[in-house]
Amino acid sequence: METIPYTVTPREDTGLINAKLGIWLFLASEVMLFGGLFSAYIFLRLGAVSWPEGSSILNVPIGTFNTLVLIGSSVTMVLSWAALAEQRFDRFRLYLGLTMLLSLLFLVVKGFEYSEKFSHHLYPSSSSFMAIYFTLTGLHALHIIGGLVVNGYLWGPGSKMWASDPERFTNRVEIAGLYWHFVDLVWIFLFPVLYLL
Amino acid sequence: MSSASSDPGTHTRTYLTVFGALAILTVVTVTVGYMSLPVGAAIVVALSIASLKGALVASFFMHLISEQKPILWLLLLTLGLLLVLIFILIIAFYDHAGTIIVT
Repeated sequence: METIPYTVTPREDTGLINAKLGIWLFLASEVMLFGGLFSAYIFLRLGAVSWPEGSSILNVPIGTFNTLVLIGSSVTMVLSWAALAEQRFDRFRLYLGLTMLLSLLFLVVKGFEYSEKFSHHLYPSSSSFMAIYFTLTGLHALHIIGGLVVNGYLWGPGSKMWASDPERFTNRVEIAGLYWHFVDLVWIFLFPVLYLL
Repeated sequence: MSSASSDPGTHTRTYLTVFGALAILTVVTVTVGYMSLPVGAAIVVALSIASLKGALVASFFMHLISEQKPILWLLLLTLGLLLVLIFILIIAFYDHAGTIIVT
């Protein structure tokens, strides 16, 4: 049976496996998506008569905690891939499981933050700041959920591939990791822009 | 294949070191945030630290330091277009040519 080409061996012209070029093209489009929203933030802030200091509305210690949680999940993600490259499937399961737990923790904390805002009657319609805050963090949270679905598949049913085609499975985990690190990278910029400035 | 892909085991310590650096930089940016700097200086400091953290994630976790050239060119093009996207809006905001100023 003919399978998808260049899943394990790099193409001669690009020097890359197809999936890696594919994920980087996708991430490039994601840079423009979030970039457009960051531009919207700058534009709104420049045009505003007054702009609140993020820390006067948002909870900085909670935001800091969530930043550390997401950075931690990035480390466990890359360690899960490194474990596969060392043929340690048990460790892969452990590290990817930790990655998913940390992403869930991030979402729970984010949900707690949202509900706190709602209880104070702060909605996206309340101000330009709240509108861009909910848009940026909401879109980011959707990316976390997307990553959880992919990682959940690779941890659970998708991991059967380890037995049949370990190299291809290792590449899949690397590709999922690239996406996950990008989600972490976006938060690294969102946190100071929204919470600290 | 990148060198990081071919020998990941030796990189575990590097990943943990990068994690430590990212955690420290997070604490630094929050501490500076509490120092009530003027807005301009606060923006420069916060975005500089964020860029450094972003560079660490991209270089080590995403293996850009050992990645193939096509990816680097793609990213360079993307970052160029991102800057155009941001600066066109800023230029448009400050461009008052043709507007009537009522005094």
